[in-house]
Amino acid sequence: MLEISGLDLFYGDAQALAGVSLDVAEHEVVAIVGANGAGKTSLIRAIAGMAKPGAGKIMFEGKDITGLSSNRICDLGIAQVAEGRQIFPTLSVLENLEMGAVIPRARAKRKETLERCFQLFPKLKSRLDQSAGTLSGGEQQMLAIGRCLMGQPRLMMFDEPSLGLAPAVVSEMFKIIRDLHAEGMTVILVEQNVSTSLKLADRGYVLENGGIVLSGTGTALLNDAGVRQAYLGL
Amino acid sequence: MDASFFMNVTSAGLLTGLVYGLMALGLSVIFGVMRVVNFAHGDMMVVAMYAAFLMFTKLGVEPVMALPVVAGGLFVLGYLLQRFLINRFLGVTEHIQFLLLLSIAIIITNAMLMVFGPDARNIQLEASFESYSVGPLILDKVRVIAAFTAGGVAALLWAFFRYTTTGTAIRACADNPIGARVVGLNVEQLYAITFGIGTACVGAAGCLLLLLVDVHPHLSSDYTLLGFIIVILGGLGSLGGALLGGILVGLSEALSGALIAPSLKSMFSFGLLILVLLLRPQGILGKKP
Repeated sequence: MLEISGLDLFYGDAQALAGVSLDVAEHEVVAIVGANGAGKTSLIRAIAGMAKPGAGKIMFEGKDITGLSSNRICDLGIAQVAEGRQIFPTLSVLENLEMGAVIPRARAKRKETLERCFQLFPKLKSRLDQSAGTLSGGEQQMLAIGRCLMGQPRLMMFDEPSLGLAPAVVSEMFKIIRDLHAEGMTVILVEQNVSTSLKLADRGYVLENGGIVLSGTGTALLNDAGVRQAYLGL
Repeated sequence: MDASFFMNVTSAGLLTGLVYGLMALGLSVIFGVMRVVNFAHGDMMVVAMYAAFLMFTKLGVEPVMALPVVAGGLFVLGYLLQRFLINRFLGVTEHIQFLLLLSIAIIITNAMLMVFGPDARNIQLEASFESYSVGPLILDKVRVIAAFTAGGVAALLWAFFRYTTTGTAIRACADNPIGARVVGLNVEQLYAITFGIGTACVGAAGCLLLLLVDVHPHLSSDYTLLGFIIVILGGLGSLGGALLGGILVGLSEALSGALIAPSLKSMFSFGLLILVLLLRPQGILGKKP
């Protein structure tokens, strides 16, 4: 579904990604793990069209999407739950959700998708008119996921979704990702919570200093001596 | 000095203030969404005033009727400016943005000087000599028309931001530009629309102001400054604040002009500004940063 080859990304003179190649098959959950500053968020931003790659190619369903603008990429079906949630704090919860469905592809099915969001996140339904900035951190994360679903994505990217959330909320969120996967959603999961995300993922990639150093099935990576030592402290 | 004189001056100030408010609304919308300060705001208003002037003298169209056309033209001007020029200067240091907008302002002022010359021009409508009397009040007909039209345009703008998808999307961009890109909003285009809306407001205000004052090219810097005073009084980025600030400045100009001396009216507006900066720096309806 998604194929990336030889991707370079620079911020000014600083190289954030160096020759990253990876692929994601349909209905797969792929975890990308790595230390802070390894380039995980840069990778997400490059796929989403929010950062222009210096070199390399990104193909989505056989189409070259390298360097397309973020609104075009969203419209093709790639959506993200961004780091730090990035909700609209002064807009109401309902307006936030509606903004998730402004891309042409999603607009027609808005009503049905909204109902589905309410099934997944009943709490949001009771707070539709409240401004989103007044929600708790966990509720804001649920709103961010709901808003992402409103865009009818075929590939969802989660960037550090557990960051700053209470443990109970974190496990609820991983359950949602598991449920989405069971329904057939394709997921890229970027997480600092290495063991949980590798357990959940079909496959994983380890990113270090902007390059992929290791890849394999989730279980294989979990059992890898280097991964265990570097990321799990075992 | 009797009570009815005082009331007449007050109501005239209130009515003029609504037109000022509409002008400042444009400045406030542009700043609130893109954090760009439109230093060419007064110049764009002068362009609109001349456009309305030409439409009246050449085609016989009265300014209120010309307003949709002039505002539409100014929308296109603002949209293109943002789309092809100012969008490239977002996120650069502020003094570069300042120089860019100032250059646009100077170009417009001098173009107006070349085309129309430095003399003040005005238009005379039949309505210019008519007035309404409401109880003890005597209200100039054109001032009432200008104020109500300004209020109507402001109400339309409010409804646009509150109820339309594009309006909500613009508020979303103002709220969180990164989030706007995350959901796939076309931020550059929404910015261009926003700048167009801002300049359309000032275009509408220019048509209405032509009913009340004479137009000449050097009016521009006065009104840019007036726009700033108004939005800072009311609160930067607040739509209601811009209208309230406009009314306050209109009132203070009218009252100081009538009770003390017309040449002192700007002094009182700036006095109000200093007072607000001291007591409530975020503006009367502004949110604390």
